[in-house]
Amino acid sequence: MTALVSNPPTLNNSSISKPIPPPTEIEKKYKMIAENVTISYGDFPAVKNITMKFPEKSVTALIGPSGCGKTTFLRCLNRMHDMTKGAKVEGKVMIDNIDLYDKSIDPIYHRRKVGMVFQKPNPFPTMSIYDNVTAGLKLNGVRDKKILNEIVEDSLKMAYLWDEVKNDLKKSAIELSGGQQQRLCIARALAIQPEVLLMDEPASALDPIATQKIEETITELKKEYTIIIVTHNMQQAVRVSDYTGFMYLGDLIEFRETKKLFTDPHNELTAKYVQGQFG
Amino acid sequence: MSTTQERRQEYRALFKQNVSKRLVVDKAVRIIVFACVIVAIIPLGSILVEVFKNGAAAISYEFLTEVPGSIGSGEGGIGPAIQGTLIIIGLSSLIGVPIGVMSGIYLSEYGDNKLAKSIRFFNDVFMEFPSIVLGIFAFLMIVLILGHFSVWAGAFALSLIMFPIVARTTEESLKMVPVTYREAGTALGLKKWVITFRIVISAAKSGMITGILLSVSRIGGETAPLIMTILGSSQFFSSMDVPMDALPLRIWRLSLLPYDSAQLQGWGSAMVLIIIILGINLGVRYYFASKKGNGILGQFIKKGASNKK
Repeated sequence: MTALVSNPPTLNNSSISKPIPPPTEIEKKYKMIAENVTISYGDFPAVKNITMKFPEKSVTALIGPSGCGKTTFLRCLNRMHDMTKGAKVEGKVMIDNIDLYDKSIDPIYHRRKVGMVFQKPNPFPTMSIYDNVTAGLKLNGVRDKKILNEIVEDSLKMAYLWDEVKNDLKKSAIELSGGQQQRLCIARALAIQPEVLLMDEPASALDPIATQKIEETITELKKEYTIIIVTHNMQQAVRVSDYTGFMYLGDLIEFRETKKLFTDPHNELTAKYVQGQFG
Repeated sequence: MSTTQERRQEYRALFKQNVSKRLVVDKAVRIIVFACVIVAIIPLGSILVEVFKNGAAAISYEFLTEVPGSIGSGEGGIGPAIQGTLIIIGLSSLIGVPIGVMSGIYLSEYGDNKLAKSIRFFNDVFMEFPSIVLGIFAFLMIVLILGHFSVWAGAFALSLIMFPIVARTTEESLKMVPVTYREAGTALGLKKWVITFRIVISAAKSGMITGILLSVSRIGGETAPLIMTILGSSQFFSSMDVPMDALPLRIWRLSLLPYDSAQLQGWGSAMVLIIIILGINLGVRYYFASKKGNGILGQFIKKGASNKK
């Protein structure tokens, strides 16, 4: 943990074992940069020295077999490992050129910039739909009713849920179907006006129709947000993402534009995985 | 690596085939557990029946509101005892519940260290402490030092009984809240205390209320610590610094008297105490079950409030 505050210049030379191809040939602005990130639980390294750059207003997918560390990596982009006992994160995560792991930084302010949607829908069970969407705002001090109403409508519309719930916003959130709950969680994440949206297999617990709606939502959100999505579903990665990173046993094996990664993988492992030879 | 078809057939043959016998066992287990419930309920139920049967005759308006009459006369009532019990329950809860809840929050949300582990251990020991010992402690700490029996000493002793129970049940119910809600809160950029107080507690509310009610019921019936602290009295509450009566004390005293009239009053007092505790339990539960007072009782309270306007 000490290494991440001190002298950045030396970091790049020695510790990178393999070159990470830039995501694109076109000059893009990077919203988030993960530099030499290693995450370990106790002695077990779940993510090994990953460097990744996430271009602004694009969707980056992380794929790979179970246990490859993609969720672990995603969670570190929001400092969620602060909550996990025994988890240790090394390296740098830059968001708008500020290191999220700098000791002088309170992660709370950055979490407000980075929204997160989890694998299982987790709306707050004792709150109504309306209260769920406004939770992040109200509990962060936004009190103006008019603004709250505006944001609720806007967020629910962006999550494609508005038409289904606009007449009973006071209904308890757990009365919604699984797919609706997940879109509610997206709306809740969007309500705090983040700039980056992290999604951890947001559609894995959902049926195909709900999945399609979530994917439509993602495609729409891309216009404004930088989205990083972990998915088990390679077709989903192809459908929604611009860039794809393939992870295997904690290593980032290949990271390129989605189309190229799937049609012309450089690495043998990637080729095998995207062809479905292992998983 | 894979097993042959024949081998699988052998596996299947190993399963017990006596389905009808197992259905009988299934039924037998159900009957046994049900019978145990009945065995447990009969004495409890008969206590209730006995108390209500014997006590009902004593109940009258005078009995509930007046001060005790002269010993053995069968006159007077238990007004001071009812008042005292309500005061002592209220006061102890005011001290015991907040401290207990906060300790529970500490143990659950911040209790991942050695200090908390030992606190948890002593809390468990404390929970089973004989209440008379706590009464003597309160006697030594407050009554002897101040030089007189007092309501404060009683409330202090009872809150000592309360807070380990409240702390433990609070901790347990907070731990039952899935980590995913805490994660969702963290991802929304909320501070830990906001997550704890606004999200986790609201999800754990019913378990916490159960714990608080459990502790209220427990102290409502405590006698020993009260003998050492508020002593008992035949007058209505007048000051925090003089002895006060309470129902368990009154029941105890009445039960020691040889007169039939006193015994009857004792039964009546016991019945009143049970009704008070039952009332607190049902009332609180009903109020919270009806979602922040949207049920019948809550509406009743709201109506009462709006009528006053």
